[in-house]
Amino acid sequence: MLRIGKLPIALFAGFIIIFPWVAGKVPAIGNYTDIMVFVGIYCLITIGLGLLMGYAGQISVGQAAFYGIGAYVSAILTTRYGLNPWFCMFIAVLVTGTIAFLVGTPSLKLKGHYLAMATLAFGIIVFIIFNEEIQWTGGPDGMADIPGLSIFGFELDSIEKYFYLVWGFVFVILIFTINVIQSDAGRALRAIHTSEAAANSMGVNVSKFKVLVFVYSAILASLAGSLYAHYLNFINPSTFDLFFSIKLLIMIALGGMYNIWGAIIGAGIITFLSYEWLHYFEEFEVIVYGAILLVVTIFLPNGLVGLPGMLKELFVRQKSNE
Amino acid sequence: METITLTGQIFQYLVTGITVGSVYAMVAVGFNIIYNVTEIINFAQGEFVMLGGLIMVFLHVAVGLPLILAFPATVALVTLVGVLLDRLAINPIRRPTVLSLIIATIAASILIKGTAMFIWGKDPFDLPAFSGRDPIIVLGAVIQPQYFWVIGFLVLIVIVLTFFFERTIIGKAMSACADNPDAASLVGIDVKRMVLLSFALSAAIGAVAGITMTPIALMEYDRGAMLAIKGFGAAVLGGLGSFPGAVIGGLILGVIESLGAGLISSGYKDAFALIVLLFVLFFKPSGIFGNIEISKIKRF
Repeated sequence: MLRIGKLPIALFAGFIIIFPWVAGKVPAIGNYTDIMVFVGIYCLITIGLGLLMGYAGQISVGQAAFYGIGAYVSAILTTRYGLNPWFCMFIAVLVTGTIAFLVGTPSLKLKGHYLAMATLAFGIIVFIIFNEEIQWTGGPDGMADIPGLSIFGFELDSIEKYFYLVWGFVFVILIFTINVIQSDAGRALRAIHTSEAAANSMGVNVSKFKVLVFVYSAILASLAGSLYAHYLNFINPSTFDLFFSIKLLIMIALGGMYNIWGAIIGAGIITFLSYEWLHYFEEFEVIVYGAILLVVTIFLPNGLVGLPGMLKELFVRQKSNE
Repeated sequence: METITLTGQIFQYLVTGITVGSVYAMVAVGFNIIYNVTEIINFAQGEFVMLGGLIMVFLHVAVGLPLILAFPATVALVTLVGVLLDRLAINPIRRPTVLSLIIATIAASILIKGTAMFIWGKDPFDLPAFSGRDPIIVLGAVIQPQYFWVIGFLVLIVIVLTFFFERTIIGKAMSACADNPDAASLVGIDVKRMVLLSFALSAAIGAVAGITMTPIALMEYDRGAMLAIKGFGAAVLGGLGSFPGAVIGGLILGVIESLGAGLISSGYKDAFALIVLLFVLFFKPSGIFGNIEISKIKRF
């Protein structure tokens, strides 16, 4: 489980490359390319959050805030000052990273639930700021006319083009993160999750690593926010509320937090549920999400990715009982 | 028209702050009970308050039960929800970790919230005040009779809990679980039952908070999260696990919020308490009455 081979990544890349072409041919799933853009954007966040939860054993219930800060910094700088969107995206990453460092350093010194509560409080404060600082953010009405993105003068003006841009980002981040996991830093992170005291005595600088992962997860959320803003050309605060932070937790828990593929599978399933399959439930979908989260926490502690392993263990135990 | 002096205004903010703070204190006490016995932070604590208010509205206003019956019936129903929370969400987790317990209570909180939206819809509900709405004017400040009920119930809860934890055998058994669950089970205390009891007790107190605050502040399905985090702020400010700390923390938080909303910005009303929470977490996580040594031996 710890070693991630090149084959799954290559297969997944193949699947992504042909996806828009297949979706274009089959009318029933014609809008799936659009939904997959959002899956890609959410994957950027869940890869970081999964690293934080599964590998560093910490929890953030305020990830929507970093996502929102990325989106708003991009939106404000491009619409008010006419700056280059890529430059704004970079500035957004710097701003978000700094804020995450300032919030993370003190809270990560404390025990598990303190970071959860600190990030929860932080997320709500940021949400209130998005709503209240009307001269900057447009308040509850949000901001419109955010420009699209272009690469070397080549406008990314269709869903398919944006799809490849977003998933390009996802693959770069995915490969980078896998390399981190399989390096000494990854081993240090897993050691922290198993036992902080033991990791500490083996010479791992525990608090430094935890803050680093927290900042990394925030930066990825910021990138996702910028990509979201430039894709929809419109943002408003309700996208970045507490429930979105919880939805991200559901993605990680459902997919499985101890495996990077879990973050991607979870993001895929929950995004399709909320954009397509749960329309019938309308706003009562929250009950479905609560039920999913509870059932997964109790019965599938390793998420869907851990399901084969669990079944195998169950099978072996059955055999040895006979 | 009579002009309101600044002193009168500040006195008004203090009075409302203490009332709101009493509600936060009750939520904080609920956090502490569960934390002391189980070391779990129950993120669904605010949902108990919300349910208390809405079930009371249903029984008292819709069904028409008299106050004296509807009150205990509401507390009993919410207590049942607390028992179910432990039995269905906490107890079944086989290898509990901080992460899984936090996620389980978050899951429970959105389930309860979603169910409440299903039952009551999105509109806020009002509840008649216990002893009318004729305000008393003191020093130019308007004091609703309901304020006394809120503060009075906080005082009552603190007295009863102090007696319970210090004088009764069950209360002492619960405290023993907090100190050392393994040792407690060695001397014959049923730790699982004590955990269940802590959830029941905590839910009951949440219900009282919800019932008493609804005539002042109305109640709707999505109030839980904000009440929970402010109650947690009160608990941390006073020192997680300390009952006098919860009361002082709640009152301070309520007054800061009321003064901040009145004098600085009403749009940021909800942010003040959260900023205080962040400051306490960053600079003095043990709180006013908290003991660093005790917090170090806690598992989570």
